[in-house]
Amino acid sequence: MPQLDDKAATRRLLDRFGFGPRPGELESLSQQGFAAACAQVLAQRPDGTPLPDLGAEPPQAGKKASTAERKQRQKTLRGQQIAAAQWWLDRMAGTASALPERLTWFWHGHFATSVQKVHSARLMLHQNQTLRGLGGGDFGALAKAMIVDPAMLLWLDGQQNKVGAANENLAREFMELFTLGVGHYSETDVREAARALTGWMVNRDAMTAEQVAKRHDSGSKTVLGITGNLDAGGFVDIVLNRPDSPRFVASRLWFRLVSATPPSADALGRLVAGYGPQRSIGGLLRAVLAEPAFRDPATTLVKQPVEWAVGLMRALAVQPSKLPVTQLEAGLRGLGQVPFEPPSVGGWPAAQSWLTTSAGLARLHLAQLIAAHADVSHITSGAAAGQTLGVDTWSQRSTAALADLKGAELVAMAACTPEYVVSQ
Amino acid sequence: MTTTGNKRRISRRGFILASGVVGAGALAAGATQVDWTDLIAAATRDPRSADTGVLVVCTLYGGNDGLNTVIPAADPAYQKARPDLAYQPHEVLDLGDGLGLNPGMKGLKKLWDDKRLAVVRGVGYPKPDHSHFRSMAIWQTASPDSPQPTGWLGRWLDVTGDDPLRAVSIEPVLPPLMAGQRAAGATLPVTGLKLPNGTVGKAFSLLGQPEAGESPDRARVARSIADLHTTATKLGPAVKPSGANKGQLAAQLDVVAGLVEAGVPTRAYSVSLGGFDTHADEKGTQQRLLTELDDALSAFVDRVRGKKVVVLVYSEFGRRVGANASDGTDHGTAGPVFVIGDGVNGGFYGEQPSLTDLDNGDLKESTDFRDVYATMLRDVLGEDPGKILAGHDTTVPGLL
Repeated sequence: MPQLDDKAATRRLLDRFGFGPRPGELESLSQQGFAAACAQVLAQRPDGTPLPDLGAEPPQAGKKASTAERKQRQKTLRGQQIAAAQWWLDRMAGTASALPERLTWFWHGHFATSVQKVHSARLMLHQNQTLRGLGGGDFGALAKAMIVDPAMLLWLDGQQNKVGAANENLAREFMELFTLGVGHYSETDVREAARALTGWMVNRDAMTAEQVAKRHDSGSKTVLGITGNLDAGGFVDIVLNRPDSPRFVASRLWFRLVSATPPSADALGRLVAGYGPQRSIGGLLRAVLAEPAFRDPATTLVKQPVEWAVGLMRALAVQPSKLPVTQLEAGLRGLGQVPFEPPSVGGWPAAQSWLTTSAGLARLHLAQLIAAHADVSHITSGAAAGQTLGVDTWSQRSTAALADLKGAELVAMAACTPEYVVSQ
Repeated sequence: MTTTGNKRRISRRGFILASGVVGAGALAAGATQVDWTDLIAAATRDPRSADTGVLVVCTLYGGNDGLNTVIPAADPAYQKARPDLAYQPHEVLDLGDGLGLNPGMKGLKKLWDDKRLAVVRGVGYPKPDHSHFRSMAIWQTASPDSPQPTGWLGRWLDVTGDDPLRAVSIEPVLPPLMAGQRAAGATLPVTGLKLPNGTVGKAFSLLGQPEAGESPDRARVARSIADLHTTATKLGPAVKPSGANKGQLAAQLDVVAGLVEAGVPTRAYSVSLGGFDTHADEKGTQQRLLTELDDALSAFVDRVRGKKVVVLVYSEFGRRVGANASDGTDHGTAGPVFVIGDGVNGGFYGEQPSLTDLDNGDLKESTDFRDVYATMLRDVLGEDPGKILAGHDTTVPGLL
């Protein structure tokens, strides 16, 4: 198969293992060749940005609360939610350490949790920080943290799951969507696993969760053929030891970072070997980069709306929180993707699902908003726009489309070209 | 119906396959060179176009409490299960058979009396899932057993060509029910699609040009921009800004009515109303929402009278029979589905689920939801349901 040259491969690395280059980043990273660039990116650790102070959570509205009190509470929660999303977008757009942020974003879509049910931006940020801290290490530790994460428990009705009245939501989604994939467990496994997960209660103020002994089912359970007095940790161990699990995790990461076309059986084998018995996410990422398909020009990937918008803001050195917040949010909402609001536990759509008719117009409006807040004085030609956005060559179509435009309109239109909407 | 359906299903990719059936002049220009304008003009000239059915799917997000929508008010088991939430027999709008509509649904009661409202009772699927997301996914994909990446109307698009104008969602994001493997419905926000004009507008339309040798992903971006321009040009003028005081659903249905009146070739629409996830203080909230639904639907049905439009109203599940501790109900199972329109044979279909013979506190389904879809596919869209519903082709007899 044909291979991208070192510079093009490095650009793809910055796209897929980050959110695209900041000004000058591609040039400096590609100087030493692709292998050195990979080593440098894989060594990135989360930067030290502190979490924002959202203030205290408004107290739960009691049964007797007035409509005005309820409205005020909603307003405060909504404000905190906007602040949290803005903080994260700033971090994605500004960080020099992009891989951990991209992984945090990936895991957010994988362990998809929505603030619309959790009703707490603080708990969403708490989960976000866990994803960031564990997202590049051992998948087992990450999975064990997520299964008792306060936001996750609220999201998948973990609090309703108690001895004698099991709620299967978390047990089912954990196997189906987080660790094994559908078809690799039975309905009995779901029921038994739900029993293993009984008794967890969330303390919203302390942002903690604990297993309450009298709500926990301490009887014997059998999950995937293994019997014992299983609890959450024991259940996770059983699931992750199944041979289906490494293949599932590797495939999901490939799907979001590399291509909507699944890896070949051989390639999947190599990815699983990289993941290894340590369940190393870093090892998996290293194996992804070693795949010939990673350097195949045909391995394109449709950028998700947040990836596209953050990439554009990185390229133009625009800080998201400097944009009118309601317009930025409306823009992302029009494209169908707002951080902390995945549409379901299955996460966001992927690939060509993003390419709807009305998304084309929403994309143009958001690109115009971003470009209007950028210094574009140095971008005076299609070629210069290409250089800023990391597009080497424009198609004839895009060359023609960009020919008569200048300044912010030129940059905005360039961001809507197929060459930029799709990561090459 | 089937022949007409084929004729109306032509699209650029579908043309070669369809040409044997259709044969006629508008398509003689050559398979790959038929453009939108020709097709739409041909469709508009087609004298049979008035006979082709139009389906409007209205999704109620959040799990509408079916027992307080079509209400067995006189059933002692109903009164006993939810004493504080129950409507009294004199409050409901009597439909006969011991059932009455929610007092907020006066317009639908008129449609019922007019034999234009069918109530399919106890609609659900085997092994019900109580998660909103799973259950909504099951309803939208019509795949109760295993997850499916495509929606049922998306697969209808897949088997009938790839013209995006044939299925239109009046929502900013395409609902999964209209996403197919190869084809997807167009999205048309209620605010319309106001394309830029002048230099920017020209540049933007140029971005929709295909480029030889381009990757499939890039080609799809260009195609979506071209489709956007087609949608905005062909459907945009029919979108009139709605009255400021109208609810979201009424505004969406206004757009649909405008498109139907304009004679656009769209065969399926998606609209929605959210907010039905009422676990607490349910009665007032639900009645307000049902009133909004009722106002919007009855105005719409009156406006498109005589135009072969059928509306399907469903929610991802009903509610549990018994109330919970906070004047609400928790996620349940089967619920009523409304089918409204001129061609509809009004009345009850399916058995009303028993309130005493329950499955773990939940109603037992009596009608498989795929029967309702199969009826819509066969009798409104003129397609063989088996091709779209994994072989499922049982319909609801007599409904249409």
